Order: sequence, then structure tokens, then C-alpha cells
Amino acid sequence: MANINLNKKQFEKEIGKLNEKMQNKIAMFGSPLESFDNEKIELEIFPDRPDLLSYQGFKRSFLAFLEKKPGLKEYKLNKPKKDYKVIIDSSVKKIRPYTVCAIVKNLKFDDEKIIEIIEMQEKLHTTIGRKRKKAAIGIYPLEKIKLPITYKAIEPDKIKFIPLESEREMSGLQILQRHSTGREYAHLLAGKEKFPIFSDANKNILSMPPIINSQLTGKVNEKTKDVFVECSGFDLKVLEKCLNIIVTSLADMGGEIYQMELKDSKKKITPDLTPEKTKISLENTNKLLGLNLTLKELQKLLEKMGHNCNKNNVKIAPWRTDILHEVDLIEDVAIAYGYDKFEPEIPKIATIGKEDKKESIKRKISEILAGLKMLEISNYHLTTNQDQFTKMGIPKKQEKDFIELEESKTNYSILRKDLTHYLMKILSGNIDSEYPQQIFETGKVFQLNKEKINEKQNLAVALAPGNFTEVKQILKYFFKMINLEIKLKEPEKPSPWFIEGRTAEIIFKDKTLGFIGEIHPRILKNWRIKMPVALFEIELEEIFRELI
Amino acid sequence: MNIQKIIESLSPHERKILPYLKEKNISEICEKSELDKTSVLRALEYLKNKGIVELSFEKKKIIELGVNGALYKKKGLPERRLMNLLDNKKILNMEEAQKQSSLSNEEFKASLGALKKKAIIELKNQKIMLNTNKEEIAKKTLEEQFIEILPTEYESLSPEQLYAIKSLQNRKDIIQIKEEKQATIKITELGKEISNSKIKNENSIEQITPKILKKESLWKGKKFRRYDVTSPVPLINGGKQHFVNQSLDYARKIWTEMGFQEMTGNIIDTGFWVFDALFTPQDHPGREMQDTFFINKKAELPDKKLVNAVRDAHEKGVGGSKGWQYKWDEEVAKKMVLRSHTTNLSAKTLAKLKKEDLPAKFFALGKVLRNETVDWSHGFEFYQTEGIVVDENANFRHLLGYLKQFYTKMGFEKIRFAPAYFPYTEPSVEIHVWHPEKKVWLELGGAGIFRPEISIPLLGKKVPILAWGQGFDRIIMDYYKIKDLRELYKNDLTKLRKMKHWMK
Repeated sequence: MANINLNKKQFEKEIGKLNEKMQNKIAMFGSPLESFDNEKIELEIFPDRPDLLSYQGFKRSFLAFLEKKPGLKEYKLNKPKKDYKVIIDSSVKKIRPYTVCAIVKNLKFDDEKIIEIIEMQEKLHTTIGRKRKKAAIGIYPLEKIKLPITYKAIEPDKIKFIPLESEREMSGLQILQRHSTGREYAHLLAGKEKFPIFSDANKNILSMPPIINSQLTGKVNEKTKDVFVECSGFDLKVLEKCLNIIVTSLADMGGEIYQMELKDSKKKITPDLTPEKTKISLENTNKLLGLNLTLKELQKLLEKMGHNCNKNNVKIAPWRTDILHEVDLIEDVAIAYGYDKFEPEIPKIATIGKEDKKESIKRKISEILAGLKMLEISNYHLTTNQDQFTKMGIPKKQEKDFIELEESKTNYSILRKDLTHYLMKILSGNIDSEYPQQIFETGKVFQLNKEKINEKQNLAVALAPGNFTEVKQILKYFFKMINLEIKLKEPEKPSPWFIEGRTAEIIFKDKTLGFIGEIHPRILKNWRIKMPVALFEIELEEIFRELI
Repeated sequence: MNIQKIIESLSPHERKILPYLKEKNISEICEKSELDKTSVLRALEYLKNKGIVELSFEKKKIIELGVNGALYKKKGLPERRLMNLLDNKKILNMEEAQKQSSLSNEEFKASLGALKKKAIIELKNQKIMLNTNKEEIAKKTLEEQFIEILPTEYESLSPEQLYAIKSLQNRKDIIQIKEEKQATIKITELGKEISNSKIKNENSIEQITPKILKKESLWKGKKFRRYDVTSPVPLINGGKQHFVNQSLDYARKIWTEMGFQEMTGNIIDTGFWVFDALFTPQDHPGREMQDTFFINKKAELPDKKLVNAVRDAHEKGVGGSKGWQYKWDEEVAKKMVLRSHTTNLSAKTLAKLKKEDLPAKFFALGKVLRNETVDWSHGFEFYQTEGIVVDENANFRHLLGYLKQFYTKMGFEKIRFAPAYFPYTEPSVEIHVWHPEKKVWLELGGAGIFRPEISIPLLGKKVPILAWGQGFDRIIMDYYKIKDLRELYKNDLTKLRKMKHWMK
């Protein structure tokens, strides 16, 4: 998620007073007001609208929404002058194949504007640029550059320039190893034989995208009037939109946009601000939104969203990245109409409601056990190796058949194999609570069975203090209530946590459903439980099959 | 209550101690009433509740007999036994003395020490000699005198007694000093009145027992002792469903009442169902390990027709869409994840849906998992409530209608809808409910109409599908006034026992 900070004074001067009505308008425009004080207004911008990631971009669209300046805003594009050229060498094809470029002139920068541009650039990097992987943006002071410009890829050790925020000249590899920005984005170039660079007619390196600009030729300051802008990356469509977003924002600051001629195998002129033409159907719009708009109203609503509309023909602003389909325009119509103006309606269609059978059996299980004064507990599906194995008396070597998560941010890094260890954990965490403690849980457990994932529902019951007879009484009562019959038999293998001779397998229709027994004091000690504990755990899937 | 009623409410124990309330301390009341201390204390507490006495407690040091002390009080202190022996023999060698006195090693040594200190004996060449006369021996020592008066209060001791304590304290388990709460009893005016009024010692009935009920003559015409119905009783605990499950069941009921069928399914699923079938591009930030839990396993994809339809939706779009225009990778879709929303259930339901099933409405309530660190407002597991409506005639206003109905039933009075963004819906909407105490709009979650890039591959044709998937834990927290998300699954039994029932 990206947020933008607006200067409150500027907002109130150029857009309007931030009163309750305006706050509501901001919410209904789809840019939630996160916070504000006397100086700042912070808005959240959704990922589908990178064009709103600067004050200029936001103002342009929001003024249309407020019907102060509706319709598609037009920008003057100046044809490329002589030398306004970028030569794209074929060496970049396998490294970082595309770039689109522009020149913007006659800018009047001050500190605040420079910050706004840098922030917009960074926000575009993290959002539509996918952390510079898909697209990266460079902005350079034109007066330090001799045109034309070349975009090519060369060996890293042949790259030598002083990167931003540095005093020494570094090679391409040194930048990735030593420069803080270089280290952060090193993975984007790691392993490549050649690194991409922009250089000027004097063979000065301007930058090494998508990592960093040169301190000498790639740093904009308050004296800068004219800038060279490039976007490089892998997705030409995204790069073009990105460039459009930047140059139109610079133009809104007072700049004049000049096109550049890109010389690849063929010629190409960028930026291209021709609006995309598409159609919208009034019928589809009314049907999807449940409204009764006229064509004229539709036209007006689309203009509120910064589009131009003539009958069914829509011209989409060239900085919008999110219009893939007619429905995207229909959403714009809905926003322009006002989400707060829609009348919610429940249609009269007959459908039969139905609860999932397993869920209803689970609830009945809870009712049966709660009737025995037992407390239901609810635990995470994730657990730790320590709780699942170590404390249950299972040595490291025998930890198996469990499912591990990749790169969990906490030490809860595996899925629980059983409920038993979680009941022990809860008893352990409650040794200062009143006894007797009689608890149960129903829920999913996850096991690996010959590399296959087995996700199933279990039930576990624990008594503290409790002995075999008492927990067996509960087991027997439970099965009597659900009208199924089970048998107990001595287990074939010793259990890691039950006392030998005081544990049994629970058998239903010749199938082992689970185990019952008294917990060994050795395990109680691991959990610091000072009460005898007896428990059982059974699979529910077989029972579901029987009861459904 | 008038005096007569109060008198009728006196239990047998209370009646028993009533005449002795003027006594200085509880042990005297015990002695005179022939009741044990606990019964007396309890009866006093009841009398206090009835306004008959005032009780105040203060801490006092009490000196009591230890295990050995109790024994010595009967049999005499070891040094007494040694003295008696010496009184007869005058001189004895050590070994002989210990043997004849039948004292343990420890007792013998202690006795020697004590007698030597008092200059009653002398030790020479392993022999013990008596050093005093018969009268002196006959006198009780300070220690002996002291043992006899125990238990006693520390405050009232004489210097001699303090000396005795000092010497006995060094020996094993003869005396022990305890801190005890001592009650001071003050009879109130009401109490005096009641003590003075004649209490007929009639046999009123205490507990009704099966024995009494057996014979009519045992209860007919008898008085039942009046209870103080306002006095507190010890609290008890009941068994119950976990509060999160109680609230989920309520939500389940709302959806079924509105004609929705429940969907359930696995938590572990392929990226295909969690993301790809929902038109989430494969490079979407939500698909990174920082946000979603991945398992290092792959699973097979559903039938080719569906897979190809989803691929087309991503690569070039369907039904007039441009798609995301990138190369969709089947292998990425096979990767297994823990579902980060329950919308995978909706996708699977749609893929199975037949034309004759329409219109159809489904809901789900299930846990979803996200790779998050844990703090008061974040967790890696939470519940979501999910829903879809598949209807040729469904529209945006219906979507708002269903959601408004659900949240109204959930207890929120003021509800608004705001634009939002989700990769799978267009238009998208977020539900805000007004929190009357905090005076803010709470964002409860997202909804929308599935994009054609989702509905066409899954259903095989263009039908509007209203869809939502919203976090549920915040609603539970709000109802139970829980501030810290971790409390939901902490299972503090004391708190669970006290927690109110979900009463909606």
C-alpha cells in the first residue's frame, strides 16, 4: 500500500477547504483519508491508480471528480528537437530490454517540488515498478548532459562513475557490493554478464539502471530547469504508462514536454499521450450497477473521472493503467455516481440456505462436551517444533511427517500434526487457573502421508487432574451420544507420551481412530504441569462419513 | 428485616455462639460453644452480614507447639528426663546416660547443652555430674513452664518467656511462630437486642434431607430456618463453546437464513485456486513469501480446459479484456500455499456450478493465514467470512443490499460503502461501519463483482458474481471489548470461564 502526503495549505488553496464534506468526498473518490493535521494530509492510494501517487496527479483527477475541471486534460507535446535522441543498443536485449524517454523543460524547482518528484519516483518504483524489477525511473538535469544519449549494456568492470551519495568512483560490481542502494537492489543484476547503462555523447555515464544515477550527471537540484526522464524495464506497456504519469505531473508543475526519438531496430517517438479509445455500453452499465442512467448522464459521470465520452466512445487518459475492460470504466461510473448514493437492495430470489454438515456435527460435539462442563478452546493451526515434538518427548531425529512453511516470520513455522500437544500447551499455560481443568478442541490437523498432504479434522479432550477411567468415561459417553460404537485395544507400539499399560487405541469399524491414555510424568514435567493429565484424540473424518 | 425474622434466620451454629460473643478471642468461643474454629469463623461472618457483630481483623504473632513440642508437653522435655535420671544416679558416664535416658543423639546433646547452661550439671572426663540439689531439680524450668501455656500471643510475653522462646527456638520443632489474623468481635446494638431477647430453642429445619421428607411428622408444622438470601455464594463455572466459535455460529445462522449454502474446504491449496483463478497476476506482491505462507510442494492442477481458460485470461484477456499481458507459468500456479483468503472456496464452487443451479448463493467461514509477525493488531491467522451470489440479474445494488443486511444483523447500525481496489473485483467496494464509542468509521473488508476475467473461465460464461471476503475477528473483538488480537486464541482458562456468552 502506498500513501501520499499533501501540503494542507496548498490543498485548501488549490482544491478546497478540508471540512467534513470534503473529507467524505475524498473517501468517496477512493483515496481514504489516513490522517491529517495543520500541515499535512495523508491519503492512501490504491495500487490500481499509480497516477495518483503525486500531488499533481491527485489534484488533476480530484478536480475532475469535484466537477471543477471535468473531462480529459490535454497536454501539449513538443516534437523532438535535433539531438533529442536515445540510441538503444542491442546489447540490452537480454539484460533489461526496454526504455522510453522524454525531456521536460522550463521547470521551476524548489525544495518541496524536488521532494515531491523524488517521492513520486520512489512510490512508482515500489508499486507498478514492482520494486524496480519491472520498471525503474531516472530523472537527470539536462544541462549536465550532452545529447544524444545511448542505452547499452557493458561489462561491469568497464562501468566507472561516482554514484549518488558517494565521493569515489566505483565500478559496476563495487556499486552492488559497497553502495547502500546498490546492495539493496543488487539481486536485480546479480549473475548478469553485462550491466545496463545510460551514457551521453561525451561518454559520461548517467546511470546504471535500475540501481543508481551518477552524482555528476544524474542529480536534480533547485537550479535545474530542464530534465531528461527515462523509464527502463521489461514491460513496454508499463514503462509507457509510467513515463506518461511522470511527464504529465512535471507538466502540471509548469514544465513543457518534449518528445524524444528512440532508435532501436526501428524508430519510435516517446512519450505518446494519445488517449486510448474504447467503448462503453449504457445497457451493460445500468445492468451491472442497477441504475437507470441516460447516455447524457453516463457521459457526465465519465468526465468526472477524467475521461472524454462521446455517445458510446470513451477516450481514456493516457496515464491510467487500470482500464483493462469495460467493467473498469463501469466502476469509474459508480465512483462518479457516488457510492453513498446507491440504494442497497435485496432481490427477491428464492434460494435454500444450507449449513455444511460437518460444521453442524462439530457444533453438536461442542454441545455434548459442554454439557459435561468442559471448556472448548481454539488454537492456531501453526505451531512450533518445540511444542509439537520436543516437549512431547519426541527427539529431533524422529520429527517427521510434518509440513513446514517457507520463511515464516515467527517461530510458528510448521502446521500442527495433532491437537494433543496444543491441549498440553494450554494446560501448561494455565497452571495458576482453577482446577479441575477440562478442555477440548475440534479442528484441523495436517500430516504428510508418503509425501501427500493429509488435512483432516480431529477432536481432542484433556482432563487435569484426570486418570484413565475418567477420560474413558467421557469417551464412552461421547460415542453413546452420537450413537456409534467403539472398542479399545492395547496399542502395538509404545507411545511417546502416554504411560505404558495406561493407554489404548480407539477402534471404530476395525480402523484406528485415535488414542487415549494417561500422560507420562516425564512429559508433564516438560510442560511444568503439576497435575495428572489424561486425554484422548480422535479423527473425525470417519465419524462425519458415518453421520452424514 | 425485623428482629423476629433475623432470629428465625439464625443457623444452629450462629445460635450456638450467640451467648459467647463477649469472649475475648475465638479460641474461647470455640471452647465454650464446642465448635471448631472454621465453623466459628464462618458463623461470625454470617452474623456480621446480619448486622449482629462487627468484625475487625489484625495480624498477630502466635506462638504454637511444634511437632516435637506437642510430644514433649506430654512426655516432658528431654532435659527433664535426663535430670530425673541423674537425680537417681548423681554421676553417670555419657554413654550410659544416653542409653538409660533413651534419648536420641540430637535430644541428648540438646539436653546436655541446656542443663550445662543452667549450671545444673557439670561434665568431666566423659562423665556427667549433678551440680544441684533436689529442690532445684523439682522446680519447673522456664522452658517447661512456657510450653504449658502455648499457644499464646507474642505481644503479651514477659522477659522470662521471651528468654524461653529464644532457647527453644534453636531446638528442632518444639515451638513455631506464626502470623495469624486475629478477629476482634464487637457486638452491635442490634446484636445486643437479639442476645437479650429470648430465643426459643425450637427445632427449626436446616437442610431438607430425604430423611426428613420420608416422614411427614418430621416437617409438618415445623419452621424452616430463614436464609439470608442476599448473602454471596461461591461462583461456579460451566462448560461452553469457545467464544470465537459462538460468534461464527451466529454468522453462519445469518447467512443460512438469507438463503446461502455453506462452502468448506482445505486450508492448504494451490496458488492456482488462491490466486490464478482469481486473476491475481503471478508477480503480484501478495504472492510473495513475505505475505503468503508457501509450502515447498506442488500439486496437480485441475482439468486442462479450465487451466487454459485461466491462462488466456491472464495472458491476453477474455470477454473483451486486455488481460495482464505476460507469460503465465503453470509451475507457479502449482505451488502450494496456505490460503490467504477463503476466496479459493468461491473459485472452486464456481468451477463446479452448473447452469441449472442458478441463481445460487454461497457463504464460507474459515481461517486464513498470512505471513505476519504478531502484535496486538496483527496475527498470522484470522477468520474470514466469504460469500458469492451467482445470478444473471445480480447488480451492484444487490451486493450492497446483502452486505448491509449482514452487518445490520451483526449489530452495526450505521454502515457506508466506499470505493476500494482488489485485483479480482470490479467494481470493488469496502464496507465501513460507524463505531459509536470510538466515533470512527471502521473498515471491515472488501467486496465487489468478480471481474469477467474470473467469471468467464470459471463459469464458462459471463454472469455477474457478487463476491465478498471479510475479516471476522475485528467484529468479535469489538463485541467482547478485546483490545489485543492475541487474546482471541490465547485460551486463558480463567478468562474463558468468565467470558459472557455471544448473545446476539
